[in-house]
Parts: sequence; structure tokens; C-alpha cells
Amino acid sequence: MPLFGLKDATTGVFASYMARFAGQDPRPAWLHELRQQAFARFSDMGFPSHRDEGWRQTNVAPIAGSVFEPQPPLPAAELVRRVRALDLPGVDWRPEACRLVFVNGYFAPGLSSTAAPAGCKVGSLAERFAADGSELRAHLDHEDERRQPFVALNASFLSDGAVIEIAPRAVVAAPISILYLTTGTVEHKGCSHPRTVVLAGAESEVSIIETCAGFAGEVYFTNAVTSFEIGDNARVEYTRIEQESLAAYHVSKLRSRQGRDSRFTAHSISLGGGLVRNNVHAILDGEGTECVLNGLFALDGAQHVDNSTVLDHARPLGTSREYYKGVLDGKAVGVFNGRIIVREDAQHTDAIQSNKNLLLSDSAATISTQPQLEIYADDVRCTHGATVGQLDAQALFYLRSRGMGLEESRKLLIYAFAADVLSRVGNPELRAELEKLLWRKWAE
Amino acid sequence: MLEIKGLHAEVVGREILRGLDLQVKAGEVHAIMGPNGSGKSTLAQVLAGRDTYAVTAGTVRYLGQDLLELSPEDRARAGVFLAFQYPVEIPGVSNNYFLRTALNAVRKYQGQEELDAVDFLALVQKKMKLLHMDDALMKRAVNEGFSGGEKKRNEIFQMAVLEPKLAILDETDSGLDIDALKMVAEGVNALRDPERAVLLVTHYQRLLNYIVPDYVHVLSGGRIVKSGGKELALELEDKGYGWLGEPDLVDAGAAGRRGA
Repeated sequence: MPLFGLKDATTGVFASYMARFAGQDPRPAWLHELRQQAFARFSDMGFPSHRDEGWRQTNVAPIAGSVFEPQPPLPAAELVRRVRALDLPGVDWRPEACRLVFVNGYFAPGLSSTAAPAGCKVGSLAERFAADGSELRAHLDHEDERRQPFVALNASFLSDGAVIEIAPRAVVAAPISILYLTTGTVEHKGCSHPRTVVLAGAESEVSIIETCAGFAGEVYFTNAVTSFEIGDNARVEYTRIEQESLAAYHVSKLRSRQGRDSRFTAHSISLGGGLVRNNVHAILDGEGTECVLNGLFALDGAQHVDNSTVLDHARPLGTSREYYKGVLDGKAVGVFNGRIIVREDAQHTDAIQSNKNLLLSDSAATISTQPQLEIYADDVRCTHGATVGQLDAQALFYLRSRGMGLEESRKLLIYAFAADVLSRVGNPELRAELEKLLWRKWAE
Repeated sequence: MLEIKGLHAEVVGREILRGLDLQVKAGEVHAIMGPNGSGKSTLAQVLAGRDTYAVTAGTVRYLGQDLLELSPEDRARAGVFLAFQYPVEIPGVSNNYFLRTALNAVRKYQGQEELDAVDFLALVQKKMKLLHMDDALMKRAVNEGFSGGEKKRNEIFQMAVLEPKLAILDETDSGLDIDALKMVAEGVNALRDPERAVLLVTHYQRLLNYIVPDYVHVLSGGRIVKSGGKELALELEDKGYGWLGEPDLVDAGAAGRRGA
């Protein structure tokens, strides 16, 4: 039973969604239709409950039970100052950088810099919709996502986001960064439903950094949906950095579809958010594709972070590597669900999955890790492994026996465990910034 | 420098050291020998402050201080160094960062100025040359993927950089080929100084051909049962432990010969 359906249309929460839906500009017509269909599906499904498959360990009742309101705009100068003070890694403020910034779901030209590198078309979806944009429709409405409540909710309010198109054979040297900033207060919770579409042409190369962030203590809900369409033999690196306020709710969906011989590396760095659910569906939809899902979640206090990933091997000779690491302190709850599907056609699939977790507090933090292999082909290699452990007492003693203090040694070992994930980040500047972030978090 | 009196220590309720006495003066090299299970490694770990061992009785004075009162890091900062029997791998922490942080913690504690990256590099290069080590080591993670011999050499290298006052080598010679053994000996001999002392815990006499001790002690049943000069090691090599007439050593006699 959904937490709410059409039957609950009279309650405050659903009425608030209805009102927001009705207030949208009905143009262009195709988009309006897409939104109407999505909202009808969402109304029918409601929010998932803990009885729904895939949601047993993550209770989204706090999201389902909240009314989210539009936020008053912040004065531009103050906004710039506060955003820059967040010192977000991966957000490049240099004038020559290509940077798209969205505040509460809407493109913020004053904070952005859309000087697109050669071979790239970069801009906001709102801009495209103003000139129709129906050529994007297929990338905004995937059949396989229609029964996913949060994607349907995002589509119901689809009005802006980032669209990045890389021409075939274009090699984009500098990363393109996207920042989704959401604001809100305890009394007036904010909300954004950002959408990102990346279309990487055949043989192109690009690195995209997407950051979702907010100001400390602010209360809001970010419901982000990102789609990658990766052409044959293209090389795409995607780094997703979640640094939401600890009072924020965050749900994300990443869907990637790869053409033959392409390589997609997706890093997921989850540090913030009170209640977080990251969904990944990577579709290896061409022969000889390679996909790397590389993740880190670092939690403390009462944070709840759920990473649910699906690696979908649909064609032969695909290689996937999934490495997720969790660091859990306080009373935090971590969930890792790693599903690997090897379809009948996907012979000679080579898949390795690993989830390693470090529990820092004595017994208050918990982690649930679950691999799920569904193999329908007969000639494949699939391995998975999960570990849950505490700091290595011998390593701790070893460092101390050389003169390093107890706290210093602990922090260094935690940092080293986590920073290992960053060794797979290809861009050296970004890697250094992320290392600095983790260093500040634990070692300083 | 080091004065151990009536030391008793246990691990999970099992008593391993049972009234150990030992006195080490500055400038001396002492070898502690004895069969497996006699308490050699326990002694080394207790002196370094490993908390899996509980000291139940006895005292340890080091340079006039109560050593047992100090945390492991403060012991290291005060100049105690343990070369581990099984050095620990620490993925993700480079030798360079680790050693510089450790050295500066020691220097700070001893009232010396901390070394910057440039001075540290110069010091490290000097010590590497002394021990014929490869520069690439500093960029590698601490002991990660090292062979057994490389790990032991890295212990000696750390010792050479940290320049301890009291160096305790816990079976550093075990499992080494003769070249690596010579290198370890070179490192220890380079450290010998009227102000420093060395405690060599070893199972084999071979090491003592290269590091000549001033005193040799036989540990058995958690106590020192025999002490002598360097010739005692040769006698043990010859006769094993059985002739010492200690009940714990009768069975171990054969082991002693096999080990040699």
C-alpha cells in the first residue's frame, strides 16, 4: 500500500503536490503531456513504503509526510558569497570553466559560466524547452523508469536542469561541472527536482562533475535524476558529489546506457544528507563495454544512506567493476544493495563487485550489505565480496609505536581507508580536491 | 637506561612473563634468546606498550621514568623503538607521510625543531644510502605488498631515521637471507653509540655473528634463567637449551638445535 495515493488527495501533503503541479506553465505541449503522464503514475504509485521490494531498509516516510514549498529567491550577492564559502570540490569558479549552477531547481545564469568547450553544447533544459526541445523527449522519459516513484515525481515537475551534448569524436579536456543547490528552513522546507541529460557522441571523451549541496542545517528535499547516453567507443567519467545539509533529504537516480566498446566510470561520493537514497542503473548495452561504479559513503550522527545499484549486462563481453566503501560513525545507518544482472545474451561477462565497510563507533552504527546476482548466461565470471570491520588494532598500535598520537593514528587510518576510493578518479585536480575534503573531514 | 624488575604479564588470563629481571645500560647490546613460547616477543611488545598484554606485577624504569605509565606513542617519543616481528601493512598511508609525521612527533616531544619536507628528504636520502634502499619506497604505502625481507628492512630503515635511544628488535632476523641479514646488522651497528642501547630478541645465533652483543640472556618460562657474555650464544648453539637444567627447557633443547 503506497504511503499515499489519489485517495489521499485531500491531505495537506498531496494537495501541496497538486497545487504545485497545477501551477506549472503548460508549454511546450509535449512536455506538459509528459509531466501529466508522470504525475498520474506518481499519484497512482505514491511513495514507496518499507513493504516495497528494494525499499525495505530505507523508510521514506519523512519525505512522504512533508510539505515542501517554493523558496524565496536569495539576493544574488549574498548567494554567491555563501555558495563559494561552501568550498565545494569539483565546482570550478574560474572564469574560463564550464559551470552550470541551479538554485532550487532553476538555472542561475549569474553563478554559471556556459562557455562550452569545442565540440560541446551545454545549457539549461529550460532554455531548450522555451524553444520546444522535443528532440530531447526520448532522453527524458525512459520506459524502464516509469514505475519508479521518485523518477515519476521528478518528471512531474520537469522544468529545468542541465543538458550536455558532446559531438562525436570531440575530446573535452576540462571537466564540466554542474551544481544543484537547494535551500529551505524547518518552517518552510525547500525542494528541487533537478534533471541532468548527458549525450556523449561516438568516440567522444568527457568528464562531468555533478554536485548536490545545501547550506548547513537547512531542510529540503533534492530529487535528482540523471541520464547518460554514451555512444560507441566513447569515454565518459562522471563524478557525483553529494554534500547536502545533514537535515536534508536526498534521492537520486542515475541511469546510463552504453554503446559498444564504450567506457563509463561513475564515482559516487556521498557525505551529506540526513536521509539519502542513491539509485544507479547502469546498462551495458553494447558489446565490449566497460563500466566502473566507484563509491564512497561516509556517515555520522543519525545519517541514513542507501546505495542501491544495478549493473545490467545486456550484451556480450562486458566488463563491470563495482567498488563501494562505507565509513560509519555515530548511530548512522548504511545500506548497500548491489544487483548484477547478466542477461541471456551477455556471454563472457566479467563482473566484480566489492563493498567494504568500516564501523567506527562501538555498536551504534549499522551497515546492511547485500549482493544480488541474477545470471541468465552460462559463460560468465561474476564475483562479489563484502566486509564489515573496525579499525585494525595492530595498524593502530604500529602507528602509535612510531610516535603518532592515538587520535592522529585513528584519523589517518580512516582517511586512508576512504581515500582509496579516490585513487580511481581520473582527473588529478578533482582527485586532489576530494582528497583534501576527506583529509579535512577526518585527519585535520 | 632500562631496569626491569619482577615483571609479570599475561594475555587473556594466561601468564607469560613470570618475574622477569633485566638491566640494560646505555651503550650496551643485549641479546635475549630462548625457545618458542618462552616470552621473548611478549617482552618486546610489553616494552612498546601493546595493550593486549596486561602487566600484573613488576616495574620497568626507562631513563628514570616509569615506562609502564606511558602511552605507546609517548614511549616512542621518549626514544623507545620496537622493530616488529611482523610489521603491519597500512594501505593508503605512504612511507613518506608516515615517517615524517612520526619523526616530527618524536622531535617535538624531545624539544627539537620539526623538519620541513626538504630537510626530511635530505635525511631520508642519507639513511637510504646507508641501508642501500630504493628511493621508490617512500612513495609506496607502508609495507603494502612488501616481501617479508622488505618489511624487515623497512623496520630498520625507520629505526635509522628515528634514531631511538633504546631499540628493541623482535626477531628481525627471522626469515632473512644472508644479504638482508647483513643489512639489518649494518643498520643496528650504525646506531651503536655510548648513548644508546639495543635489545635483540632472537631465536637464532646467526644474527649475533654480525651484531656482537655485550650480554646474552636465556629466557625460559617467562624469566631470565641464564645470563652471560657473547660466548653463551655459542654454547647454546652447540648444546641447545637442555643443559641449563630448567624444566621448561628440557623439551625445548631439540628445538634450539634445529633453530640454529
